Amino acid sequence: MSFLSISNLSVRIAGTTTRLLRDVALSVSPGEVHGLVGESGAGKSMIGKAVLGILPRSVEIISGQIELDGTDLLTLPPAEHRRRIGQSCALIPQDPMTALNPSRRIGPQITDRLVDILGWNRAKARERAVELLHEVHIPDPDRILRSYPHELSGGMRQRILIASAFAAEPKLIIADEPTTALDVTVQKQILKLIKEMQERHNTALLFVTHDLGVVSKICQSLSVLYGGLVVEATDVHGFFRAPSHAYSRALLAATPKYTDPEASLTPVPDAVITEVNAQVDAVDREWRGG
Amino acid sequence: MLDGRSQVRRRAGPRLWLSGGWLTALALAAIFASFLSPHDPLAQDLFLGRMPPFWVDSAEPGYFLGTDSLGRDVLSRILYGSRVALTVALIAGTLTCLIGASLGLLAGYLRGWVDVVVSRLIDIWMAFPPVLFSILLIAVLGPGLISIIIAIVVIDWTRFARVVRAEAMAQGAMDYPASAQVAGRTRLSTMLVEILPNVLPTIVALLTLEMGIAVIVEAILSFVNLSISTDDPTWGGMISEGRVSIYQAWWVIVFPLITLFLTVLSFSQLGEGLKDRFDPVLR
Ligand SMILES: Nc1ncnc2c1ncn2[C@@H]1O[C@H](COP(=O)(O)OP(=O)(O)OP(=O)(O)O)[C@@H](O)[C@H]1O
Ligand SMILES: [Mg+2]
Repeated sequence: MSFLSISNLSVRIAGTTTRLLRDVALSVSPGEVHGLVGESGAGKSMIGKAVLGILPRSVEIISGQIELDGTDLLTLPPAEHRRRIGQSCALIPQDPMTALNPSRRIGPQITDRLVDILGWNRAKARERAVELLHEVHIPDPDRILRSYPHELSGGMRQRILIASAFAAEPKLIIADEPTTALDVTVQKQILKLIKEMQERHNTALLFVTHDLGVVSKICQSLSVLYGGLVVEATDVHGFFRAPSHAYSRALLAATPKYTDPEASLTPVPDAVITEVNAQVDAVDREWRGG
Repeated sequence: MLDGRSQVRRRAGPRLWLSGGWLTALALAAIFASFLSPHDPLAQDLFLGRMPPFWVDSAEPGYFLGTDSLGRDVLSRILYGSRVALTVALIAGTLTCLIGASLGLLAGYLRGWVDVVVSRLIDIWMAFPPVLFSILLIAVLGPGLISIIIAIVVIDWTRFARVVRAEAMAQGAMDYPASAQVAGRTRLSTMLVEILPNVLPTIVALLTLEMGIAVIVEAILSFVNLSISTDDPTWGGMISEGRVSIYQAWWVIVFPLITLFLTVLSFSQLGEGLKDRFDPVLR
């Protein structure tokens, strides 16, 4: 039984007929890591934002269900929606430099949710924060909790964001390219850390990335997104053995291999782009017609 | 070894102390004007007209900064004049800030129709030339302290609204307000708890700048006789009166001018200094 199950989700720029997501369907079960892959602008972040209820004002959901633990979030009143998300979901954002409030100390930024949503008292929440910082291998947590974000490195901030995401034991975490803004060595550590935490807490993880190498390392299943359309959804083993969609094959050929990083890479061929664009157009025609 | 941060901090020190010191002294002068003034600021004595300041040989003892053509004590009038100046600065500055910054914050963070309305309002406002606008307003409202304050608020709220809107928009586009909302905050509480503190340094700098502007506006309106209607001394009124006798009695115009200049300068410097102090990244 999936914890998150999206079906038929369409999102458009408000007041236009331009769809940014086209009948998206995907699901993530507890303990599963689902990769969401696609090039820049494909709509990966848009899916995460739709689930978490933080879509920009300029876009609107026009159809679909987002079921969280069997309840369709889109039918809930805003306050209830917010409460459910706060209780069971968390976000690990892309850019650790802007994901922490620069004018607040780290401590309250981690403990806010425990106090506001779970109703813990400050002292207990702080104890938990110290424990969490230990879990993400941050030395001297007491000092860090009193620091401001600008006093910490990017890697350190990302660790804090991970700790903060796991703080309230969420059932689902959406990680939006959590390692893109970091340098390569730190990237590997952070990836390992996310995997470690996810396994320990048996969290459902929706992992947004444009790096298939990363997907092969931590995901069990994945969806390939192009122009807001899921062109392929499958399990990781099947995908890397034989991707079924031409675009997936091209994407795979365009990804550096860890086994042979020097091998020449082929960019996605124009013919494939034309083909997948035609598919997107066909889906849109059908949508307009129906 | 100094990095950029500690240099900013070093420079913020004396600036903050000097400007803060001058403004505190001025505030005390305004509050205790009746104790501090050596003379009644309105008392005329035609035999003591145009007495020079104390270091000039022909000075009259007890009149430190001299007297004007009606024999009124310049120092006492400056002290009493600080009352009007600071009242206008505080009330008009604060009101302008509250209205402008609130509208800017709401528009910049909430976006949507709120932003459409506020932005349109700002555009319309900016189309009026401010000086004409203020004179027109005073003409309609009639002269007086309250009219001046209303005029300043009505004209200058856009200064806050524009800047705060832009800043709130930039902060809103970052990841931390989204994270806060995922953690269960409402949009309103996100705006107040997450966004506002980051816009506050800018608001503070604008506020003190606005207080300086309010002092100038009050002086200008007094200068053209559109300010308060009573005989209460104002710096602008003194400058206006001193203008006619500038060759015979320069001190009547120069001392209020210096006071005005230092006050406006202090307000703007205080703002810059406080902004650095408030900014967590520079702190
Ligand atoms: N506020 C907005 N208003 C209108 N369109 C938007 C808005 N934000 C994003 N878009 C559009 O939605 C599409 C999907 O954006 P999204 O941020 O989900 O891409 P992404 O797959 O996450 O890309 P990236 O890898 O660069 O983060 C893009 O084409 C983008 O131009
Ligand atoms: Mg994205």
